[in-house]
Amino acid sequence: MPAKTADAILDRHFLELRCEILNLAAALDRIERSVGFDGVRDDGRVELLRQGIDILRTGGTDRAERVQMLFSDEYQAGWNQ
Amino acid sequence: MYFIDPHVHMVSRVTDDYERMRRMGCVAVSEPAFWAGFDRGSVDGFRDYFRQLTEFEPTRAGWSGVQHYTWLCINAKEAENVELSRGVIEMIPEFLNKPGVLGIGEIGLNKNTPNECTIFREHLELAAKTNELVLIHTPHLVDKYKGTRMIVDMLQERNDIPPHRVLIDHVEEHTVKVAKDGGYWCAMTLYPTTKCTPARAADIIERYGDDHIMVNSAGDWGPSNPCAVPDFIQEMRHRGHSEAKIRKIVYENPLEFFRQCERFEFTPPE
Repeated sequence: MPAKTADAILDRHFLELRCEILNLAAALDRIERSVGFDGVRDDGRVELLRQGIDILRTGGTDRAERVQMLFSDEYQAGWNQ
Repeated sequence: MYFIDPHVHMVSRVTDDYERMRRMGCVAVSEPAFWAGFDRGSVDGFRDYFRQLTEFEPTRAGWSGVQHYTWLCINAKEAENVELSRGVIEMIPEFLNKPGVLGIGEIGLNKNTPNECTIFREHLELAAKTNELVLIHTPHLVDKYKGTRMIVDMLQERNDIPPHRVLIDHVEEHTVKVAKDGGYWCAMTLYPTTKCTPARAADIIERYGDDHIMVNSAGDWGPSNPCAVPDFIQEMRHRGHSEAKIRKIVYENPLEFFRQCERFEFTPPE
């Protein structure tokens, strides 16, 4: 368990989290206002980013793990049989 | 606080880095053989590299009061050249009894290809035959989860390498449990862009505990920070974790794993 309270963690990280959301928003804006955006609108990577943002909007304590799995190749059990 | 960086490629760093690391509390490093940024062309090229790792690098580290240990292999990126890889694996035993050699590593997968699997298995065969510890590199980014699972599958194909003699490196949120559930040691790499941050490493400790886990910088020729372990120490302190808990992760755990190597000799700091 974290050694600090949720309130203390929020106090410590609020501004950097705000900054990270702004960086994400600005990067998405940059892509959308750039030449050739129509060509990447349906790019699988853009869709993955959208799905990653959706994960952030859910609750739970395993969002980082779920984002990792979203960006991971599928493992097939028994591949070495 | 004294710490050990159990994975850092010091041949790519300058002597000033040893000085800075020592000033931050580093008493020892272990350096796995790795990719030089280009594919080497001959077994003799690796022989020279292994001489550097086992002869000059411990001397240079000693100038700053840092104890230097190393691991030998041909890395996964170069494993696509199966013929060269087999030549290197055949040559490795020339160096296995040198002081400071801890075992075979960092072996593993990069793009999860059949050739990488072939050479990974042949490295395991050498480790089993010579009773060496094993240090394993797991792939990055999209390949990591699948590659880590494949690595564990290949480890479990055999029963002559006990899990507690294997360290699975570069674990992250989605692979740490795979390593720990298998009974393996694991390590988190504090690397700015492709691996873990000090804060996420601390999160993983809080979720999965401090047993059989360590942190490293994997500092190399890329954008990396050989003083990343002190950043982790600072993050843990910020969160109010005890000095004893932090010391276990950054000092005692690496020592416990390394001490399984019969050649391992360590002088504790005064």
